[in-house]
Amino acid sequence: MSEALLDIKVHRKDFGATQVLQNVQVRLHPGEIVSLLGPSGCGKSTLLRIVAGLEHDYSGELQHTSEQVAFVFQEPRLMPWLSVERNVGFHDDKAFDAAWVAQLLTEVGLSGFAQALPKALSGGMAQRVAIARGLYSHPRVLLLDEPFSAVDAFTRMKLQDLLLDLAHRHHIALLMVTHDIDEALYLSDRVLIMGNRPSSVRQELIVDLQHPRDRRDPQLAALKAQSLTELHDAQVF
Amino acid sequence: MAVPSKPLAGAEPQRKGGLRPRWPAHLKGWLVPVVIVALLEITARSGLLPPYQMPAPSDVALTLFDLAHGALAKHVLASLLRVLLGFAIGASLALVFAAWVGLSREAEAYLEPTFAGLRAIPSLAWVPLLLLWLGIDETSKIVLIAIGAFFPVYVNGVAAIRDVDRRLVEVGQMYGFSRRRLIWRILLPASMPGLFTGLRSGLSMAWMFVVAAELIAATKGLGYLLSDGRETSRPDIVLAAIIVLAVLGKLSDGLLAGLERRWLHWRDTFSGQGNGA
Repeated sequence: MSEALLDIKVHRKDFGATQVLQNVQVRLHPGEIVSLLGPSGCGKSTLLRIVAGLEHDYSGELQHTSEQVAFVFQEPRLMPWLSVERNVGFHDDKAFDAAWVAQLLTEVGLSGFAQALPKALSGGMAQRVAIARGLYSHPRVLLLDEPFSAVDAFTRMKLQDLLLDLAHRHHIALLMVTHDIDEALYLSDRVLIMGNRPSSVRQELIVDLQHPRDRRDPQLAALKAQSLTELHDAQVF
Repeated sequence: MAVPSKPLAGAEPQRKGGLRPRWPAHLKGWLVPVVIVALLEITARSGLLPPYQMPAPSDVALTLFDLAHGALAKHVLASLLRVLLGFAIGASLALVFAAWVGLSREAEAYLEPTFAGLRAIPSLAWVPLLLLWLGIDETSKIVLIAIGAFFPVYVNGVAAIRDVDRRLVEVGQMYGFSRRRLIWRILLPASMPGLFTGLRSGLSMAWMFVVAAELIAATKGLGYLLSDGRETSRPDIVLAAIIVLAVLGKLSDGLLAGLERRWLHWRDTFSGQGNGA
């Protein structure tokens, strides 16, 4: 396989007296979609924040072969005083690349909303804008922290398909944190299952199914049973 | 629980509020003052209240009319200039210090205790000192107004910066923004609503302190007009000055409120319930 875009080794990460991560290793290859699946508080979001450079206080190594890493947060986190297009091109302020922003807005299905303010958007629409903002900087890797956890189930399925489409179209590798087993299996090439803290990767599930996948595929159901067993063994529930 | 069903076809469309007349919103606000003025007019005309204590509203209106053709412009201009100058000085200093203390924990550690201490002093307590140091001319008045305007702007400014959503700041950090860029692109715009709250209450403090300063020592200004009316037993002049102060205060606040609406139209806030406004 080609050289990894990301190679993360975290030996240890503490929050005060609590150790959240222990010997976690994650590699991400070009075009690959990897999910970190685990219970809340297991440190999977922390791991993502370490990769994004938002957490500095940890022991371990982080290797990027590409500087082009973007982040999509759990909430849209749009600047409420800026229009949708200015939010997408936020990195470049007024000098944003208007043509590229317009293309991205079309791709996420919001072409008519360039001038709208975030307060006029629904939760799902706002998250589409956030994804477009993530893609604006032409990343090779997109990090996503439970990006669809705040939207309803139908919107979530639509956004998942949108994300797959965008990742494929722009050849972007995704590293996604989720606690939704179905989401992890439907989207990913590999699912890394994490246990309670101090957590590490307990198991790696390879989802060797072609895209587009069928959500009703019995193989997905079998993999789901397998991950549930693993999570149960990890005393996650 | 049983929920009474709505009457169906044929039923009269029921108006919410039943028999109460529905007034346009801008008329509702006039009701209370008009009733009060009418009552005052009746009481004063009937001789229940002596005119040297409570003149009839119509007399106050006449006095106001006379003043408007005489010295009123001079007094208004004097007070207005003091407020503008004092507010400009006080508010700009407050914005500078609020930004400094709000953005830097170091500055907060050094400065905030001092400001908290100074804030505990009722601003009018500075008056004797200002008179001693700066005399009774313009400077002492402007300084007093500046002190009055300073604290609301400062306190609200610091709070506004500290209230900025950390999650928005993280978006900038993720882009690797420099500190300067974080301030200009995220912290400043995000704290605008709080800054405006501070500026508006600072401006109303400025009006309060211009009156205080002019009551104490002045030869012109609306505060002087108030004290002149008292000394010459002319409650109509006092009331006329009060009305002018109210109008000026409202107009200047309206100006800031207009700017606020214009610049902060992006806010997604609760605007009250019912059909009142």
